[in-house]
Amino acid sequence: MTDTVAVGHRWIIEAEIMPKQGVNDPHGDAVMSGLKSLAFDGTRRVRVGKLIRIEVDADSETDALDQGTRMCESLLANPVIEEFVVSAARIG
Amino acid sequence: MPNLRAGVISFPGSNGDDDALHALEHDLGVDVRRVDYRETDLSDLDAIVLPGGFSYGDALRCGAIARFSPVMDPLRAFADDGKPVLGICNGFQILCEAHLLPGALLRNRTLKFHCFWTSIRIEHTDTPWTASLAAGEVLRLPVAHGEGAFYIDDDRLADLERNRQIVGRYCTPNGAIDDSANPNGSVASIAAICNERRNVVGIMPHPERAANDLVGGSDGKRLLAGILGSDLIAGSIR
Repeated sequence: MTDTVAVGHRWIIEAEIMPKQGVNDPHGDAVMSGLKSLAFDGTRRVRVGKLIRIEVDADSETDALDQGTRMCESLLANPVIEEFVVSAARIG
Repeated sequence: MPNLRAGVISFPGSNGDDDALHALEHDLGVDVRRVDYRETDLSDLDAIVLPGGFSYGDALRCGAIARFSPVMDPLRAFADDGKPVLGICNGFQILCEAHLLPGALLRNRTLKFHCFWTSIRIEHTDTPWTASLAAGEVLRLPVAHGEGAFYIDDDRLADLERNRQIVGRYCTPNGAIDDSANPNGSVASIAAICNERRNVVGIMPHPERAANDLVGGSDGKRLLAGILGSDLIAGSIR
């Protein structure tokens, strides 16, 4: 490790961002009609969101999750239309 | 005519800035200048327009990155002073992302980019940008957007109604509010809103692209002309 910053470890944060319940998702509707046309007849509902993967230095899982949550609240998700779930995995 | 100076902010990816500058300067005779997104001194300006386009390539969400431009802090102070701010299309999206206006703009329900003329009914005239119009009046204005469906939850929608913040709605040419005239799936057919203080307005259609009969219509000129007679220019808030 050549990292000179005195922090714990390297983590990957994953922020899964989805349209809120009740918010129209025409992207999801379009994907569902595509799946139906491919004969996936059991398809009942599709919602399309986004997954953002961020590498951070963090002291602990709690610290990594806290960073990810604050990133979502301040930029990555728009609370008017989106909800998010943050997870973290140590990679170094 | 009041001695008014307006500014139009150019963000990286704006494409309606020249249209807004042209309409204000040539169709309305306003003293107007381009404001670079890195500027921090807006003290020479009486009114500011955030134009349409695709700031920062719509990365993450429309308007989400433009909100961090250096010009946005002084713009917030400008709005807090009660001075007139108009966000058109992407400018509307930026104002929502910056929390200067409530709600958000979602992908059109058709998933199509819509570029055509619409009718919008002016609901309230006590904003600096609608002051020269009549309540109930129908304007013919073009839209050009892929993410123009205004969304706000039911509770906040009730707040908008109660506070008379819904400035314009998509309508039929006769002024009827009907879902068939709603081009994008906006809740309550909303095309334009204002903040509670009424000095910040966001509008999805493009008044600056309908400011001269040579381009097919001049109703937008009448909307933009509101600032010429606005009490807000003299610094008095209604």
